[in-house]
Amino acid sequence: MKTLKSSLFNMIAALLGVSVLSALALGYVYEITKEPIARAKDEKTLNAIREVIGSFDNNPFAEKTTVSAPGGKYKLELYPARENGIITAVAVKTFSDNGFGGRIELIVGLLRDGTITGYKVLSQKETPGLGTKIAEEDFAGQFVGLNSYLDDISLTRSGGSIDAVTGATISSKAVIDAVGKAVETYKKFNAGATGHE
Amino acid sequence: MSNTSFSNLTRGIVRENPVFVMMLGMCPTLGVTTSLENALGMGLATAFTLLVSNAVISLVKSLIPAMVRIPCYIVLIASIVTVIDMMMAARLPALHETLGIYIPLIVVNCIILGRAEAFAAKNNLFQSLLDALGMGIGFTLALCLLGSVREIIGAGSIFGYPLLGDGGYPVLLFVMPPGAFLALAGLIMLFNRLRRVR
Repeated sequence: MKTLKSSLFNMIAALLGVSVLSALALGYVYEITKEPIARAKDEKTLNAIREVIGSFDNNPFAEKTTVSAPGGKYKLELYPARENGIITAVAVKTFSDNGFGGRIELIVGLLRDGTITGYKVLSQKETPGLGTKIAEEDFAGQFVGLNSYLDDISLTRSGGSIDAVTGATISSKAVIDAVGKAVETYKKFNAGATGHE
Repeated sequence: MSNTSFSNLTRGIVRENPVFVMMLGMCPTLGVTTSLENALGMGLATAFTLLVSNAVISLVKSLIPAMVRIPCYIVLIASIVTVIDMMMAARLPALHETLGIYIPLIVVNCIILGRAEAFAAKNNLFQSLLDALGMGIGFTLALCLLGSVREIIGAGSIFGYPLLGDGGYPVLLFVMPPGAFLALAGLIMLFNRLRRVR
């Protein structure tokens, strides 16, 4: 079988050709998939909001507000859910960079009194089979019903009530970090909305 | 189908199984086989990438000088995987949801480069596709076998359905990284023994 001779020119041309063609193909595919991917992501967020909050009659996505956390270290998006015009609950899109595989994004649902209605994982890169269990009911269910103002949201070993996923303490802590951020931001939002802490 | 074609297709399944015989792609093999579901997802995603990359490389093989073939193949494979990833995210978001986490791992799977270098670079398109299909099936089967063993022993379930009642205690070690080595070693031992008997 014949291949091109490994002369300097041929090698440079082949490497250049492969790189340029790959770059063009990637650029093209990125352009045509950018929109559908963004749309799928929005759809996913909306589904997650629906799942953590349940019933609402407005479009929380259209009413999203960005609230910067106390201290201003990060900003989170809040999606207020209304029934008959009154805000009944708020979904917070939160994150943690302390995951085992990088950033974890969650949607956390909070009632007006600060009770957590649950969370839904939007994106994660945790270890399949171990860290990915943070999305399962056994772990996620432990957050439901905790109150942002009254309860200590932390692992049992640090005095809270959340049992870490076995073999995935780092992922579990990352979820607690993300939920903690959501709670802090929600408190600030709530204080601003009602006028008192 | 001629004899060579048939043997190119079946070689990857048992005789030169990528996992049990060639010991290629150990990173995903050990890393994601915590359950049968994960193993199947990773296996199918890898098999598909292998088909595309073998096809592309067997088509461009005569244009690539031998001394720079490895960097060229790597760039091609990485691009193919990224394109598959983006296309899947756009067109099949539901499938991407389940398989998405495995796709970036495929780039570093040496089966892809291994087959490109050992087979697709020397054979025509049709034979390369057969080889990719066989290797893909062999890899998927091996992963599923390992995934089932680890899930049954480590989590006491299969495909997520619990096998043990409340009385059973799964050996959690088997879904953790050390269990991967133990299970793989056991399976390779068994596989070698069976092959020798034949």
